[in-house]
Amino acid sequence: MSSEHPPVGDRFRRFRDGVAAGRDGGAVESAPGGGAATPAGRAGPDDRGWSPGSRRGGRGGEELRVPEAEFVSYYGRPVLKPPVWHWDIAAYLFTGGLAAGSALLAAGGQLTGRPALRQAGRVTALAAVSASTYFLIHDLGRPARFHRMLRVAKLTSPMSMGTWILAAFGPAAGVAAVAEAAPLLPERGVLGLARRVLPPVGHVAGLAAAATAPALATYTGVLLADTAVPSWHEAYPDLPVLFAGSALASGAGVGLLAAPAAQAGPARRMAVAGAALELTAAHRVETRLGLVSEPYHIGRPGLLMRAARVLTAAGAVGAVVGRRSRAVSALAGAALLAGSVAARFGVFYAGVASARDPKYTVVPQRERVERQREAATRSGD
Amino acid sequence: MLPDPNSLAGPLDPAPEAGWSAAPPRMGFFTDTSVCIGCKACEVACKEWNDVPTSGLDLLGMSYDNTGALTANSWRHVAFVEQPRPAGHRTPPFAGNPTGGTTSPSSAAVGATTADPVGTEPGVPTGSPEAAARMSAGPEFLGMPGAQPPGRATGAESRSDFRWLMMSDVCKHCTHAACLDVCPTGSLFRTEFGTVVVQEDICNGCGYCISACPYGVIDQRKDDGRAWKCTLCYDRIGAGKTPACAQACPTESIQYGPLEELRERAAARVATLHERGVPEARLYGHDSNDGVGGDGAFFLLLDEPEVYGLPPDPVVTTRDLPKMWKRAGVAALVMAAAAVAAFVGGSS
Repeated sequence: MSSEHPPVGDRFRRFRDGVAAGRDGGAVESAPGGGAATPAGRAGPDDRGWSPGSRRGGRGGEELRVPEAEFVSYYGRPVLKPPVWHWDIAAYLFTGGLAAGSALLAAGGQLTGRPALRQAGRVTALAAVSASTYFLIHDLGRPARFHRMLRVAKLTSPMSMGTWILAAFGPAAGVAAVAEAAPLLPERGVLGLARRVLPPVGHVAGLAAAATAPALATYTGVLLADTAVPSWHEAYPDLPVLFAGSALASGAGVGLLAAPAAQAGPARRMAVAGAALELTAAHRVETRLGLVSEPYHIGRPGLLMRAARVLTAAGAVGAVVGRRSRAVSALAGAALLAGSVAARFGVFYAGVASARDPKYTVVPQRERVERQREAATRSGD
Repeated sequence: MLPDPNSLAGPLDPAPEAGWSAAPPRMGFFTDTSVCIGCKACEVACKEWNDVPTSGLDLLGMSYDNTGALTANSWRHVAFVEQPRPAGHRTPPFAGNPTGGTTSPSSAAVGATTADPVGTEPGVPTGSPEAAARMSAGPEFLGMPGAQPPGRATGAESRSDFRWLMMSDVCKHCTHAACLDVCPTGSLFRTEFGTVVVQEDICNGCGYCISACPYGVIDQRKDDGRAWKCTLCYDRIGAGKTPACAQACPTESIQYGPLEELRERAAARVATLHERGVPEARLYGHDSNDGVGGDGAFFLLLDEPEVYGLPPDPVVTTRDLPKMWKRAGVAALVMAAAAVAAFVGGSS
């Protein structure tokens, strides 16, 4: 590490240049001396003495237009450590939900005699759960040690619970998908035996996958909420519902893309139900949490959440009105899938943004302390 | 055995709860910031004893704090806060002189955008320029650091009253430790002394503990991918010795001992300070009824916790976990019902 470390004072020189640039850029410099001191920690008239252009790390300029909540901090640094999870975990939230939604679709198709839904659902479930496993292992600091997850089962760790849910769902979804290959096998010999055995085995496996699917789709809401990240934790009543809806909508999207109009009826109803759940829960997350709802509105996460709303709503409408057109149905399915992706990335990055800014940690906690103090004073009188 | 009703929140003795029988008394730190002189001997002693890798050497624009934050490569972190207000006794040496900040808002704002490549993730993340500018909140731009202290070159009229807060921060070894609760491998465990330690031969770097910690303590090393933090010198205290930082502290700002005894000592110290005219002295993390059930490492502070970068009212996230699982259960049932209805209802 030391070999690639820049020379001492390098960052200071850049810092100095940054200050100089800020001053040259028409930044406000106050009159020297005199006057009463601004109370420490309160916004003074000189707070805009920096240029927004000197900020690094493209978090978008939109945040600067949001009225500042007043709070005290340690050099503006975050109190929390923002999540170390990368985009793979946001992607996993989508693929995990997609696997769950597709498995439910497949089981429904299997039980009601809609082979197109069954096939598409099973194959998608296997592909999505494989991608999920890849994303989860790839995001570890020590991928080769992924099996350490299997040495304990802890109710207090949603990630441990998720590992076991995935361990139950994955093989079942895998067997169900492999069973779809039965018609391709020769009719004689050992493979012929497999051809006869696979469909009933796949039947059982498909039902087992569907039985664990709702847990797979909703535990991820707890996974995010069981952290100190303000915009995730405070959203705990709604995140599982949001993710359940998003999973249903994405599963339905697969059905709309893959199935002919004659078989796609259940996928249409699933799309509407999923979209309704997702949009309601997202609306609650975006409006009900006070200050910590803000990250869901601003910057890139805000853009993603708005895109998710438009795409999901359009997908649900398209699923209903396009019942006679294969093309409209397919478009609606694609919109639902894209909406689900946008919602997952939006929720993920809104949480990361809330941990990066000390405002979302300090202001709500300070308000809570003041409320408790007031209550104590009142009861003491 | 039924779990303790307080196993997720509330007062509790953590070692017996974790299954230790005949556990020794709970050990901890009391860090009295009123006598901290900012020498950073604790940081150095910790690094030496625990063989913690280098965390780089550069300037962050945060007073004498160039460590920045607690990270996987800094298990003690001395915070420096410069405040334009009279220090110590109520007889300011420059009574009547103008007061002001020590850095301009513009310097502070730019300073908040500097990150220190300490070799860990998230390490020392950049801050909010707006908040940094507000923290400095002075009416005067003092210019770049020069050969002379601020105010000397320009004459007495620009001098300001000033106090310096220093605090050696460390892992709090919470009674209800979110990092330990969420760890999916069992790498984090509760020792017989009631402290929280990472087993580096188990950790697979999933990063869950990092998002769960309400104090932003635990962190991940980039080169080896695992999470690291203060162990309260588990090896030393097991042999009856004092942790390296407390051993090195020249002013006994860092005190190590049985937690009960430290709490009594801290209460007495606050009373003494109040008597001597320091009404802002207060304890932080001593109360076993707070959101984390009390800290194993608690502090005497001279200002609000957030001034030092500490959360004002931290709550262990797993306190709400039963409610979260219930909501997830309801959501799962709704999801299953919606899927059934989609196939059963309707004609097409």
